[in-house]
Order: sequence, then C-alpha cells, then structure tokens
Amino acid sequence: MAIVEIKNMDLFYGAFQAIKKVNMSIEANRITSMIGPSGCGKSTLLRCLNRMNDNIEGIKITGKIDIDGIDILRSDEEFDVDALRRKVGMVFQRPNPFPLTVFENVAFGLRIHKLAKSSELSGLVEESLKAVMLWEDLKDRLGNNALNLSLEQRQRLCVARLIAVKPDIILLDEPCSALDPIATAKIEELMLELKKKYTIVIVTHNMQQAARVSDDTGFMLLGELVEFGKTSQIFTAPKEKKTEDYVTGRFG
Amino acid sequence: MNPKLAQKIAFSLLFLVTLIIILPVLMIVFVIVKEGASAITWEFLFTAPKDGMRAGGIFPAIIGTLSIVLCAVAVTLPMGVMAAIYLNEYAKENLLTRIIKLSIVNLAGVPSVVYGLFGLAVFVMFLKMGVSIIAGALTLSIMELPVIITTSRNALNSVPQSFREASLSLGVSKWQTIRHVVLPNALPGIMTGAILSIARISGETAPILFTAAAFYVPHLPRSIFDQVMALPYHLYIISTQIPNMPKNITYGTALVLLVLVLAMSVSAISMRIYFRKKKKW
Repeated sequence: MAIVEIKNMDLFYGAFQAIKKVNMSIEANRITSMIGPSGCGKSTLLRCLNRMNDNIEGIKITGKIDIDGIDILRSDEEFDVDALRRKVGMVFQRPNPFPLTVFENVAFGLRIHKLAKSSELSGLVEESLKAVMLWEDLKDRLGNNALNLSLEQRQRLCVARLIAVKPDIILLDEPCSALDPIATAKIEELMLELKKKYTIVIVTHNMQQAARVSDDTGFMLLGELVEFGKTSQIFTAPKEKKTEDYVTGRFG
Repeated sequence: MNPKLAQKIAFSLLFLVTLIIILPVLMIVFVIVKEGASAITWEFLFTAPKDGMRAGGIFPAIIGTLSIVLCAVAVTLPMGVMAAIYLNEYAKENLLTRIIKLSIVNLAGVPSVVYGLFGLAVFVMFLKMGVSIIAGALTLSIMELPVIITTSRNALNSVPQSFREASLSLGVSKWQTIRHVVLPNALPGIMTGAILSIARISGETAPILFTAAAFYVPHLPRSIFDQVMALPYHLYIISTQIPNMPKNITYGTALVLLVLVLAMSVSAISMRIYFRKKKKW
C-alpha cells in the first residue's frame, strides 16, 4: 500500500524550477531510492517529505504530497508540521549528533516529546541503540561525548536518536557519503534490518548502493522524475534511454 | 632602490610601529602601579573617604559601581539575548528587520555623553527616578544593548545549522529547538560577551555623570533609588576638584578600577579559551 503519494508536484526557488511535475508513490516497509546526478532535485524532493525546506526563503511548491492520506503541503495554520516530522524523520549527509553524551543524544527526543517516564528512559535508549547495533559497542560508554565516536558510529547514533521517537518513515539524505566502504556496507545492512519496521526513502549518488539495498528506484534528471520502478527493472531493463545511459555510466 | 632592501625597510617599519602599541599599555600599568600601589590597604578598600576625600577609603565607590553595573546587566542581558534570538532565528529579511539592524548599528555609534543626557532627560526627570542606581543602570543598559545583541547573535549564529536540522527532523518544534539545542550551545559565547560588556561599562563615566553618581555619599546604597558614589566619577572628582589631594590615593583609585576591569576581561577571555578547547564542532 502506498504510504506516500506525490501528485503533480512542482517546486520553484524564485524563478528556478527545481522539481517538475513529479508523480510517484512510495510503498510501506520498502526501501525506495532516488538516484540522479548532483543538482537533479532528488535531495530537494526528499526534504519536501518532512517539510525541511520550509525555512528556505523564496521557495514555492505546488501539487500534492499525501502521507497516510493527509496532504502535508497545506499551510501552517491548519497543519502541524512538528507532528509530521515526528512521523517522517530524517538522517542527514553528515552525521550530526548533538554535542552531548551518547545516552543524552538518544534520550533527547524522548525527553522533549515526553515519551518516557524517567524510569523507562534507559530501557528505551538501550532498545534504540540495539536496533542500530551500537549497544554492544557502546554500552559501557554511554556517558562519553557523542562527537568522539567514529563517523559510522555517529551516523548509527543519529539513526538511533531518530527511531527512539518512533517515526513511520525514515528519510536518508546520502547517509553514507561521508563514510568509507566498510562503514557504508554496515549502514546498508542496517537499512535492510530497519525496513522490517519502517518505510525508508534514501537519496544516494551511489548507484551500486541503490541497486544493493532498494526495492524501488526513481531516477531524476534536471528536476524531472525520468523513470520510477522496481530496482531490478531500472538497473537491468530501463524503459527510458536517459535512465539506461545513467545506470550504465554513460554520464553523471 | 633595490627591491630587497625596500622590502626590508618596509617590514622593519611595520614591525616597529606595531611594537609601539605595547608601549602605552605597559606605561599605563607601570605608572598606575608605581604611584598607586602604596595606597592599597584594607582600610582603603573597605572604608569610606574622610577629610574631604583626602584620606580614608573608596568602599562606597566600589560598591556603587558594582551595583550600577550589575543592575545594568540584569536589564540588558535578557533583553539583548531575546532580541538576538529573534533576529538570528526568526527575523525574515524585510524592511522592519533592516530598520532594526540599522538602529542597533546607530545605537552603538552614539557618544556616551549623549546617553548620559538622554538618561537625565528620560529616566531621571521624565520618569522621576531621580539621580539613582536604577536611572544610571538603565542608561548604561541602553548603551550596552547593541554590544550584547551583536555578541549574542554571533554566538547563536556559530551554532551549526546541522544541530537545528537534527532537532527539527525529530519533530521538535522551532522554539524547543532554540531552547534545548541552540541556546545551551551558544551560552558560553553569550556569557563571554556579557562579561566583556560589564568590564566596559564599569569604567564609563559620562552615562552615570548625570544619572547616578554622587560627589560624596558617606553610607552604602540602601535601595536602587539611592544615589551612589562610583569609581570612575570618584576618580574624576579627586583628580580635578579637590585641592591638595594625596597623589597615591588618586592613583590607588585608578589602580582599583583598572584591576576590576582587567580581571573581568581576563576571566572572559579565559572562559572563551576554555570553551573553545572543549567544543568539538
């Protein structure tokens, strides 16, 4: 069942149109990847799904994005953007833990949203760290500053911090671009684990990564969604010439 | 001239001129310590002046300056930080914002004696506060507002955008993000700026001249509506208005003021160094 439905969406930065008439639907409990050359609008599109573009001045969006049947592009007065972002969380390109301890990073959202009594807090933190396979490594170092962790551990911690507040959808914006290949492989493993419980949308410039982890793939070029389909089909039998050129490495 | 030689001369000249900058600092400290150190005793620091200021101590002036300055910071710090948060986190780039920013720049450029006259007209006379700690403190707080706003804005601005995004993407509201993520990380910078501005206003004379400072008050202030003696004004009085003033008392007073201001600057700077080492972003 489609959890996200994007209908005829256009996005303008001033006079520049960054996204052109995009239509796509994202299925629950699958990994959907967005690929395309730099500047094609894939990250911009991803950031629309939890309204992270709201703070950029001069941006204008038309069309519709339904998440769970609710139009999330409605104006602020009638729509709770914070509630949307609780449901649709995001992990960024550069791991961005807070300059707090490991424990406090994971507990941050739980505390602010008052999701846990103080007696339950450590149990929930443990649960989140286990879900991202950090618990064994860090259980004795929960009081350490998160900024002392390795890049990969920091990125996992950011995922743990996010799933602690129990989102439905996780948006990953080039989550491995700062990581080495071994760390990347581990994060990919984590994604496959997470899709059992969450819907994942990942933007990546790494085509192999999209081919390895995702169930569905969208290829974007100059703001247009050129082709969207099953990953196996996009990579082995693309319908569009442009998609074929891109996935076979003829440009991009 | 040979370009190599010209270069050497230019370098030496620039270096010498730069070196001269150290000179006044050393001379000020040297002269004041040399002339004033003999005046510094417990009695000097903790008793009131007597014999028409020619003997006794400067305790009321120390307390007076501290009370004016602390009251001023109590007013200006919350106001300045709130304005800085608005400007840095909420304000959109429009005409109103531009006018506000322009006002801040202009406020910073007003001569301090003009603040003194303004304080006299508005706080002392119009609002009928009289010459008092509160009138002087409010005058100083307006003078310090642009400095506090600017340093606080810089502190807020230096908190990485990625921290804000991380918090927002967890469904944390913008205000909660500011309150729980941005402010705690900006606090060291804000505090450093606050201490430096306390140091600066401790030595200001003109703004308190008509608004708070008294020639001679034998007792300590009982409320914020009392007039007080203040170190910079006291220094002015004893160096210009009192005949046969013992020189070491004048310089001793200057020394106390200097140490007070330097101590605050040094603590602000060490605080900045400490937090800069500690912070990893």
